[in-house]
Amino acid sequence: MICDVNVYLSRWPFRRLPCDTTSELVSKLKRSQISRAYAGSFDGLLYKDLRAVNQRLYDDCKSQGADLLIPVGSINPTLPGWEDDVIACHEQWKMTGIRLHPNYHEYELSSPETKKLFAMAAERGLFIQIAMRMEDDRTQHKLMRIPDVNFEALPGLMKEQDGLQVTILNGMKSLRGANLIRLTENPNLTIEIAMLEGVGGIEKIMEQVPYEQILFGSYFPFFYLESSLNKLKESQLGMEIEKQITWENAQKRFAKT
Amino acid sequence: MIWDLHCHLSGVDGKTADERIAQLMVYADRMGVERLVFFMGWPFLTDPTPEQFRKQNDQVLQAISHWHDRAFGFVYLNAKYVDESIAELDRYVKNGPMIGVKLWVASRCNDPSIDPIIKRAADLKALIYQHTWYKTGGNLIGESTPGDLALMAKRHPDVPLICGHTGGDFELGLRAIQDSPNVYAGIGGSDPTAGITEMAVRTLGADRVLYGSDIGGRSFSSQLAKVQGADIPEVSKRLILGGNLKRLLTPILKEKGIKV
Repeated sequence: MICDVNVYLSRWPFRRLPCDTTSELVSKLKRSQISRAYAGSFDGLLYKDLRAVNQRLYDDCKSQGADLLIPVGSINPTLPGWEDDVIACHEQWKMTGIRLHPNYHEYELSSPETKKLFAMAAERGLFIQIAMRMEDDRTQHKLMRIPDVNFEALPGLMKEQDGLQVTILNGMKSLRGANLIRLTENPNLTIEIAMLEGVGGIEKIMEQVPYEQILFGSYFPFFYLESSLNKLKESQLGMEIEKQITWENAQKRFAKT
Repeated sequence: MIWDLHCHLSGVDGKTADERIAQLMVYADRMGVERLVFFMGWPFLTDPTPEQFRKQNDQVLQAISHWHDRAFGFVYLNAKYVDESIAELDRYVKNGPMIGVKLWVASRCNDPSIDPIIKRAADLKALIYQHTWYKTGGNLIGESTPGDLALMAKRHPDVPLICGHTGGDFELGLRAIQDSPNVYAGIGGSDPTAGITEMAVRTLGADRVLYGSDIGGRSFSSQLAKVQGADIPEVSKRLILGGNLKRLLTPILKEKGIKV
C-alpha cells in the first residue's frame, strides 16, 4: 500500500507525456500498488483561471479516481481575488491541501501575499505543497527559463503558523546539507523522493532527515513511476521504515480525520 | 540481463578505488545489474592534462582489477592531446584490459583533429562513448552536442559511436542523430523523464538504444525506470538493458579472449 504525494493531472505544457489522461494515469497507479495519490494539475502552472483548473481537477479526481486520487488545488497569490480560490478549494470541493508554484507565478516566499496565504491555510487546516522545480533547468524551453524556488524564508514562515504542514515537492535534486537541515528542523516540514538521486538515495538522505519527514512521491506522469518505486529497493529500509515512508507519514499528516 | 554502460566511482565514500567500487557493487546487486562499465576517476576533471587523465585511468584500472567477472573499463582521453591520448589507448586498451573510450567536455568532437583518436580506437575495436548535451543555458566551451557527434560520425561511418546522455534534451538529441546509423543513444544520466525511451525506440529503433545509469551521482533506480517503465515491447527492453551493449562489445571482448 503506497501513498504518492506528488502526482499531476492534465497536460504538461511542452509535450504529451505517456499516461497524461486521467484514465491511463489511474490505471497505471493501480497496477503499481499506489492506493492513494495527491494530485495537482499541470494547468495550475500557466492558466490564470485557477478556479476552472481546480474545478476540472476536482471533477476528474471524483469521476475517474474517486477511491484513489485526492485533489490538491493550485493557488497563485499574485492573482486578484486569490483568497476566493482558497475558500473554494476548502469549502466547495473539501480539499485538504493546496499546491504552490512560486517560481512559475513569480513571487517569493518572503512576500506579504505568501504570509497571508500561509496564515489562511493554517487557519483552515490545509496542508501546503510547494514545488521547487518542474524540470531540469538545462532542458527548459528557451523562452521559459524558470529558476528554482528559493526556500530561505520558509522556516520563518512556518514558525509563525504552528501546526501547518508543508511539503517540498521536487526538491531533492538540489536541497542538501545545511540548507536541507535548516528546513527540516521544523518537524512539520516534509520532503518527498521524486527527484532524489544518487545510489542508495533514501538511506543516505535519512542521515540528514528523520524518516518521519520523508514521503513517497513520484512526480508521475512527468517521471516514470518506476523511478521512485525502484528507490525503495535500492535502499535497505526495513519493513517498518518503508511502511512509514510509503504510507503512514502521509496519513498521519494529511488524511482527513 | 542488465549491463550498465555508464558508471563512475563517485557518489560513495571511500578513500580508495577498491573501497568505492565495492560499495557501488552492493547497490548494483540490489538492482540486479550484472555488468558495469566504469570510466573516469575522481575528482571529475573537465580538461585533464595527460598526467591527470592517466591518473584517472589508473584509478579505474585499480577499481576493476578485483571485479573482472563484472566490471569493464573505458579509458578517459582528452582530444586536445592527440598523441598522448593515442599512447594512453595503447597502454590501457591494446596492452591493458580496457575495452572502450570516454570523451567528455574538453573539446568538441566535430573538430577533425579528433580523428586520429577515433581511428586508433576503431583499429583496437574499442567502443567510443562521447558525452553530449544541448543545454538551454548554453554548453561549456568544449562540450559537444549530438549534432557535433553526427558530423563526426559521417567521417567514420563504420565506427559505432555512443551519444552520451542523448543530448540531455532528448527531443533534440534524438532528432540530431536519427540519420546517423552508426550512432547509438546512451539514455542514462538525465532525469527519468517519461517518454524518452519510447521516442528513442520510435526514432532510432530499439537496437540503437543503450541503458546506462551515470552512478553514483545518479541512481540505478531512476535510470532503470526509463526502460522498465517505458511502453515498448519486452524484447526491446531486453536489447536496451543489455543486449545491445553486449553486441557492441563482443568484437573487442573476443579479441581479448573474454567470454561473456
